[in-house]
Amino acid sequence: MRVHFTQQLDELNKLLIEMGALTEEAIDNAIKALNDHDVDLAKKTIKGDGQINHYSRVIESKCLDLVLQQQPVASDFRFISSALKMVYDIERIGDMAADISEIVVYISKKKYTVSNQIKQMAAETKKMVHDSIDAYVNKDVEAARAVIAYDDIVDDLLLDIKKELTKEIKKETEGVSQVLDKLMIAKYFERIGDHAVNIGEWVEYAVTGIYKGDY
Amino acid sequence: METNTNIPQNENTQTSQKIKMECKNVDLFYDKFQALKNVNIEITENRIMSFIGPSGCGKSTLLRSLNRMNDLVEGCTITGEIHLDGQNIYSPQTDVNNLRKRVGMVFQKPNPFPMSVFDNVAYGPRTHGVHNRSELNNIVEKSLRNAAIWDELKDRLHKNALGLSGGQQQRLCIARALAVEPDVLLMDEATSALDPLSTSKIEDLVIELKKNYTICMVTHNMQQALRISDDTAFFLLGEIIEIGKTKELFTTPKDKRTENYITGRFG
Repeated sequence: MRVHFTQQLDELNKLLIEMGALTEEAIDNAIKALNDHDVDLAKKTIKGDGQINHYSRVIESKCLDLVLQQQPVASDFRFISSALKMVYDIERIGDMAADISEIVVYISKKKYTVSNQIKQMAAETKKMVHDSIDAYVNKDVEAARAVIAYDDIVDDLLLDIKKELTKEIKKETEGVSQVLDKLMIAKYFERIGDHAVNIGEWVEYAVTGIYKGDY
Repeated sequence: METNTNIPQNENTQTSQKIKMECKNVDLFYDKFQALKNVNIEITENRIMSFIGPSGCGKSTLLRSLNRMNDLVEGCTITGEIHLDGQNIYSPQTDVNNLRKRVGMVFQKPNPFPMSVFDNVAYGPRTHGVHNRSELNNIVEKSLRNAAIWDELKDRLHKNALGLSGGQQQRLCIARALAVEPDVLLMDEATSALDPLSTSKIEDLVIELKKNYTICMVTHNMQQALRISDDTAFFLLGEIIEIGKTKELFTTPKDKRTENYITGRFG
């Protein structure tokens, strides 16, 4: 039994869980800031992205050290290479939570409303991120596949939101700029869903060795 | 849509599928101890096959059975069949000397004969009746070139081989094995006594040699198996537990025992 190596793998797992928790919190805060017009919370979320980025660099470095020092094979290799890929997706999710928060800071200067569809999209994507990271921690391939399948719901929601916003532009009930900001927010949530799907796909690879139905 | 044919594809295409050697239901005993249990394996032409597994698992025993080196071990009995190009090498008609000419072997420790570089390489051909000087010159040069050591030794052909470095001695032993133009080359931990640079030279050489030979090697260095072999067989307690393409065996082993061994969780 390779005691030191096992400790290093545990440490990597712990860091990924911590980074995942920070990212989920960032999404949560971005949603709350959006719903409550809370500029301070939005600014706090933007600032917090630095910490997520820092985790990303630390985890990348740990993965590369493990590859260099331990020359992992089989499931060890799959989990480490998946972690290396997943960390990019988690980091991007953090960026998008910050991007949404930046829009909140900007649009809070005026009055705005958040449609139920955007609220639903936010909740769905947050769930996807949470479930994808849980799937990694629990090595749960079924949960990972459920996240991948869930993406269709979020994609459909984006289409619905686009239709609604197009109507608003036509009715001129809201300024074009505000409509575009809302579209951007919806698109960011949709991208967060895509990154959660990527995480799900890497979990599937880590557990089964199959990546996107490849070889 | 136009496809870009320059995009690298997953390596799944195999040029030659010809089975060079095949073991069928092989059991081997050293007196009462069963060292190999119902071994079935196909070794494909122009590919490198690695045998891996913990010490005493039977991998060297199987390797030595492929050119009947175990005939020399007292109390060794073998049942089942081992085929070379479809012919059972254990049939009474087999000429063992000719078999060992066709299936050459390189050992863990370089073992040059205490004679000149030239005579080491010429030893096999002379044993098989080649005495013409110019023919021997050609064989020696060709073999040393194929073993990637000609440039280093061309001016030392008549110096004693024991004066060479370990890495050079091992490449000389490979040249000696190649001199009789074998079909198959067996390598029993052929780099385990060498420094990293010499190991790297031998690995490069082995990859080059597979164009013309079928190579079967035993290694304790799993990174080496990963680096150079096309196929890998994992042995445990005399049985083949798993066999497959090296990349697949090392990324997605099917048997938990393979996974545990290659990840260092036992053995």
